[in-house]
Amino acid sequence: MLEVKNLKTQIDTSEGIVQAVDGVSFTVRAGETLGIVGESGSGKSVLANSIMQLNPNPPTFYPEGEILFEGSNLLKLSEKQLRKIRGNEIGMIFQDPMSSLNPVFKVGAQLVEAILTHQKMSRKNAKARAIELLKDVGIPDAESRMDDYPHHFSGGMRQRVLIAIALAGNPKLLIADEPTTALDVTIQAQILELMKGIQEKYGTAIILISHDLGVISQMAEKVLVMYSGRIVEKGSVNDIFYRTSMPYTWSLLRSLPRLDGVAHERLISIEGQPPNLVSPPKGCNFHPRCPFATEKCLEIDPELMPRKEGHWVACILTEQEFEAEKERLESADREGVL
Amino acid sequence: MLQYTIRRLFSIIPVMLIVSVIVFLIVHLTPGNPAYLILGEDGSPEAIAQLEEQLGLDKSMAIQFVDWIKNILVGDLGQSIYSSEPVIQVIMERVGPTFSLMITAMSLTLIIAIPTAVFIVWRRNTILDPLFTSASLLGASIPEFWFAMLLVLGLGVAVPIFPVAGYVPIDVGLGDWIYHLILPAFVLASVEIGLIARMLRDGMLESVNQDYTKTARAKGVRESVVLMKHVLSNALIPTTTVIGVMIAGLLGGTVIIETIFTIPGIGQLLIDSIHRRDYPVIQGVVLFIAVVYVFVNLLIDLLYAFLDPRIRYD
Ligand SMILES: Nc1ncnc2c1ncn2[C@@H]1O[C@H](COP(=O)(O)OP(=O)(O)OP(=O)(O)O)[C@@H](O)[C@H]1O
Ligand code: SF4
Ligand SMILES: [Mg+2]
Repeated sequence: MLEVKNLKTQIDTSEGIVQAVDGVSFTVRAGETLGIVGESGSGKSVLANSIMQLNPNPPTFYPEGEILFEGSNLLKLSEKQLRKIRGNEIGMIFQDPMSSLNPVFKVGAQLVEAILTHQKMSRKNAKARAIELLKDVGIPDAESRMDDYPHHFSGGMRQRVLIAIALAGNPKLLIADEPTTALDVTIQAQILELMKGIQEKYGTAIILISHDLGVISQMAEKVLVMYSGRIVEKGSVNDIFYRTSMPYTWSLLRSLPRLDGVAHERLISIEGQPPNLVSPPKGCNFHPRCPFATEKCLEIDPELMPRKEGHWVACILTEQEFEAEKERLESADREGVL
Repeated sequence: MLQYTIRRLFSIIPVMLIVSVIVFLIVHLTPGNPAYLILGEDGSPEAIAQLEEQLGLDKSMAIQFVDWIKNILVGDLGQSIYSSEPVIQVIMERVGPTFSLMITAMSLTLIIAIPTAVFIVWRRNTILDPLFTSASLLGASIPEFWFAMLLVLGLGVAVPIFPVAGYVPIDVGLGDWIYHLILPAFVLASVEIGLIARMLRDGMLESVNQDYTKTARAKGVRESVVLMKHVLSNALIPTTTVIGVMIAGLLGGTVIIETIFTIPGIGQLLIDSIHRRDYPVIQGVVLFIAVVYVFVNLLIDLLYAFLDPRIRYD
């Protein structure tokens, strides 16, 4: 349904051109959930916004690649054709529900606007449909809440409203950029539950972005791991969480207190800073921080290569080399603890 | 909202009290004896004494002040020394032209400033934006009287499209009324247009990459609607607060503009009364301007509270 091929997104800043997304390819099939993880600044949001071209333009450009949605390349569409996709074929929700609703309009009016943008119907019918949608996303007293302003809603309730807005056009794909990061834990779980329910009910495909590995493991079937604008590993949830052979993913997982169970533990960042995207380091982008790095990593910039069916890794180490080194590091870890 | 309105109404009282003290003191702080100043060197001692009595200057300051406040409260601003008509009547005769001028100037400001700001923000990544910023700065720093002269010479004399002077009341003819007001109102608005457009532009640029505009775009709303509805509505709220200041500027400006364009309004009345040393009228006009100013600001505050749902109920 969605196929992204070698997408490059550049941002023209005063410091130079930022390669925010650097040659990313992946596919999303109807009804499935793709998770995207990575540290802050790894390009997840820019990637998500690139799909419907919601990055401010300028300074954002798309010099290369294709984004095929149901066969047509979104990067080649006119503004008018794109508007037919936005909010209709593809819905999107954002990280901060507190600032994502317009403070000066009633919640109902904002939802009605989403409906009337794509569907020809009377205002009265649109209102009825809006109430239905609000009920659908679990807002109690939906009818009377239509006339409330966003500041009357809690963060979780606002995110529900935003999900209702994203669902207004019965989209085939829902892009959720860190939908629960700004919410507290119990509300997070409710919102994720809601998204799962919607997917089951309507067969919506979901791209779920998070830097919370717990959220991803709970929701996604396939996972992309991003580092400095690139995909460094992609595969099924099990490939990523139990069979990784990528040092960056391994570091992410290691920074979790416990691998199993503890789903809501925030990602503790890995030592060192993500690279400067204006002038990335030579060789593997991760080498300055990689505990597995060898001499060769300074020279060779590894490409994303298939390891097994559906499991791709961007690292020069073979699986055996990775396992051996991992064994050494993990035993060192254990000794450190003891 | 009602509570807020009442609270706001009460807050006017101290302001008005201070204003009335200042206006009262106009007479008493002018050096020399007002009666003597009014009558000039030819005034006989008897005439001066009589005028002093008429103005109440023979009583103590405290009594005079109490009398003055009492009279204001019942709407009695005294009599004009020049025409012997009640001051309130003299002022009311001049209100029409001034209000016409101000309303036309305000309408012009909004009609020009809002579309300009929207257009500039729409074309925010082009050369237009820096050009506009310089132009608005220039507009705000050109002296009104100079701009007025320029317009009169250009559009009144060289290419005589508009009349250069005079005023036609609205009941004589709507067309004629507007026709005579356009030029002076435009001069009066010239400073405010740049100011308001600039403020709107800044507010809109701040709002244009906010999360809620991204939500609107993600809905598939067209960019022109995003700008005119979502972005502009948020930028208008802070802008209403400067409209109060703008009206103060317009009120001040009318004094000059009415003189240049010979419009028989409050501003001209003030200037004339100063020439005639008609103290009761001077006091009346100053008080009147202050009252208008305070009430307009009250209205603006209420409008602001009404426009911004976040403060409406709090
Ligand atoms: N408008 C912009 N101007 C300049 N640089 C930008 C802009 N937007 C994003 N970037 C840069 O692009 C890179 C990717 O940013 P992005 O927001 O996609 O990261 P992210 O993975 O979503 O991070 P987070 O987890 O913090 O949301 C960052 O290095 C960021 O500094
Ligand atoms: S290529 Fe080298 S530096 Fe890069 S992830 Fe693999 S081991 Fe680490
Ligand atoms: Mg992000």
